[in-house]
Amino acid sequence: MLRTALRSSLLRPNVLARFSAARFLSQEARATIQNAVSASPVVLFMKGTPDHPECGFSRAAIQILGLQQVPAEKLKTYNVLADPELRSGIKEFSEWPTIPQLYVNGEFVGGCDILLSMHQSGELEKLLESNDVIPKVEGEAVPVHAA
Amino acid sequence: MPIDTVNLEAAIRKSLNCTHIEIEDQSNGCGENYAILLVSDDFEGKSTLVRHRWINQLLKDEISQMHAFSQKTFTPKQYEIHLAKGN
Repeated sequence: MLRTALRSSLLRPNVLARFSAARFLSQEARATIQNAVSASPVVLFMKGTPDHPECGFSRAAIQILGLQQVPAEKLKTYNVLADPELRSGIKEFSEWPTIPQLYVNGEFVGGCDILLSMHQSGELEKLLESNDVIPKVEGEAVPVHAA
Repeated sequence: MPIDTVNLEAAIRKSLNCTHIEIEDQSNGCGENYAILLVSDDFEGKSTLVRHRWINQLLKDEISQMHAFSQKTFTPKQYEIHLAKGN
């Protein structure tokens, strides 16, 4: 009885470790990505760079952030094409199958479709305001969409 | 095996009560690029993020074989508004 219990408790961590190594992100990779998503108030995982997006969806995402006037110092982007480990890791970390992916203050917001619909509905502006990424608009005084 | 719109629709209908489905193959037939629009009462009370996560999970195998995938998820009421806006 004792021996069986001992053996199974000795065996199990091994089996688990192997299983998780094959299926899930390692602790280390997870910690690296956790640091990446909270590296800046706004973090975008994209294909290419803001100046040179290499996918239409990533281009749309960066354009939306530009229209929302997210200040450059509050935005950090990661080019997943330059880092294959990050490319697969971020999908697993966010449990989201596609790139781009947007994080605001460490919270996953969504991909391109969600970003676009939130931009159109005004939710994105609210989210960015309440996270102190862009200044709050007082009443009607400042027409942000004047252009 | 490439994904076709028939298989994709079947996979959606299996788990979701849809009043309206639009599946657009934007890949010129190579089966790698899809945009879908779903209207379902099942979306009621769920945020867009939750809806998208749900669909991503539902179509996990299919999405992993695609190059690009885009989705819109509406409740019937939201879809009426969407149509009224002429989008």
